[in-house]
Amino acid sequence: MFSLALKMLFGDTAKYLMLVAGLFFATFLIVQQASVFCGLMRWTTATLKNVAAPIYVVEEQVEQVNETNPMRDTDVARVRSVSAVRWAMPLYSGIQRVRLADGSFKTVQLVGIDAASLAGAPQRMVEGNLKDLRLPNTVVIDELAIERLSVDFKDPAKRIKIGDSFEINDIEARVVGICQAMRSFTGGPYIWTTYERALQYTPPQRKMLSAVIAAPGKGMTMDQAAAAIEKETGLRAYVNRDFGKNERDVTTGKTTRYGDFNTATVWWYVKNTGIPISFGTTVVIGFIVGVAIACQTFYAFVLDNLKHLGALKAMGMSNFRLSLMLIFQAFTVGIIGFGLGLLASAAFAMGALKNGQPPLYMPWQIPVAAFAVIQVICMLAALMGIIRLSLYEPAMVFRA
Amino acid sequence: MNPQWSSVPDPSPSPKLVIDASGIEKSFGDGSSRIHVLKNVNFQAYIGEIMMLVGPSGCGKTTLLSAIAGTMGVDGGDIIVFDNELGKMSGAALTRFRAKNIGFIFQQFNLIPTLTVAENVSVPLLIQGLAGGKALKRSREALEKVGLGQRWKERPNKLSGGEQQRVAIARALVHDPPLVICDEPTAALDAKNGEIVLDLFSQVARSPGRAVIIVTHDNRIFSYADRISHMDDGEIVEVTKQSRTTPPHFEHEHTIALTP
Repeated sequence: MFSLALKMLFGDTAKYLMLVAGLFFATFLIVQQASVFCGLMRWTTATLKNVAAPIYVVEEQVEQVNETNPMRDTDVARVRSVSAVRWAMPLYSGIQRVRLADGSFKTVQLVGIDAASLAGAPQRMVEGNLKDLRLPNTVVIDELAIERLSVDFKDPAKRIKIGDSFEINDIEARVVGICQAMRSFTGGPYIWTTYERALQYTPPQRKMLSAVIAAPGKGMTMDQAAAAIEKETGLRAYVNRDFGKNERDVTTGKTTRYGDFNTATVWWYVKNTGIPISFGTTVVIGFIVGVAIACQTFYAFVLDNLKHLGALKAMGMSNFRLSLMLIFQAFTVGIIGFGLGLLASAAFAMGALKNGQPPLYMPWQIPVAAFAVIQVICMLAALMGIIRLSLYEPAMVFRA
Repeated sequence: MNPQWSSVPDPSPSPKLVIDASGIEKSFGDGSSRIHVLKNVNFQAYIGEIMMLVGPSGCGKTTLLSAIAGTMGVDGGDIIVFDNELGKMSGAALTRFRAKNIGFIFQQFNLIPTLTVAENVSVPLLIQGLAGGKALKRSREALEKVGLGQRWKERPNKLSGGEQQRVAIARALVHDPPLVICDEPTAALDAKNGEIVLDLFSQVARSPGRAVIIVTHDNRIFSYADRISHMDDGEIVEVTKQSRTTPPHFEHEHTIALTP
């Protein structure tokens, strides 16, 4: 019977294509918009990825990583004094303006790290030597900076390279290395320098320490160390792991979840900006469009075939088998529409990854959730057809 | 006992009763818009006969046919088909009963346009749970019997009206039902095709253990009936018996044997 169902479905080419198009469009909207939203949220935590310290200690009112409430330099020593801490280093993080050779200005995300340990340094160098950062007036830039800080990026000869210089607040910054880094939420490139030099590049303020990055002591988990820091210093300590990930405490065997900076940052943006509403609206529109097109078209398909389905009913096909046929038809177009939509989303993602924007991150949960949503749409469409068919008396087939 | 039927002799010395419907009542609508469609109708049909239900439009022919076929419930009376009282059967049992015992031929053929002719014919077998390959093989054999064996791959819209009705006949008979129910089978056909189709019905009714009930108001085909029930205003007003005629050319044009 399923082959009959498929032939009936594919035989009505116009409605079949309309159904697939509707579900394709819904899938693409849902997956693409959800992925861009996740990508954007990932960008908000770019500093946590680029400065990969296990624990971030910040001023007690700080709620997310892009918010900086300066602390005293002595706070570094206070954190170091906590027995649960293996090491603790100062970190400067702030947005600064770079003056290029042609006189134009660009905004960058400046990161100052401890010169001795280089804790918080970029993890993947593409060119140059990280240790050269200890030389006077030196910086390491990320790959985006090549595009943003070059006078003429299209001309390879005019692209910024190791040895080139620019100015930050009238102080020379000479490039000694190029690294890979995640793009920041503000869209500016990351530039690393030492903590002391970062303070020179930055207009002076009474307090300038952005955060203390730290690592747990031997035998301690990140959660335990963070808890100890908070208890002993009164500062806010966040652990740095992926969004929503919990940590298993090796000593108790229990899954614990201390304040994760990634999660806190993402939730802060979700709660305090209109971003989720904007993307959520588009996702809901995708769902509504999918429901509208799929339900309307599938219902029309059932109506068009009602006399044939009624004939099958009269000939002894049960309502249950007819319903199974309709569900099978709906889910078939659902799978095809979803597959095509996912392919289109993947093509979009490849383009986005190649160009570096728009932000895009597609965890496996997005396609799975989109598949579930599409199947819900198909179920609704099938349900409408089933209700209509169940109300159709087989005797109606004798009415000309 | 049906008073109308008492005036008509039995069709054979010991006919087997296929359908015994008595006191059938059926109304549609409520209150002042209520229409009494079947009024204390008694109806019998026997094995081996072509029984026609005739009468003007709106007299209740199709409603009676639907009730006999088990596709519509009635308000009163009993319908016994092959010793099964339809009124006492559950919906699922009625559905199974129809699938096994009744072949349907509709006025508008009701062939599914996206299926091939053979696939259309195989539908009753698939409903009974036969595998697709076997069903298709038997449907091609049935198409051979109605003279369309070479056209099994074609879509219904490539066939003429008469050919489509022959496909519908093959579909109605492919699972060898003992009762064939036809609703205005010649209404959409010209005289020539109507004659071909009725020739086939004659053969079908001659098959052992089978009865054919035809609803029609096409007086060109009355001569094919063994008995005719005349309906008017929801009642059977007369039952007539006649000798069935078979056009002489039929035996040459179609050599069909519709029972295995």
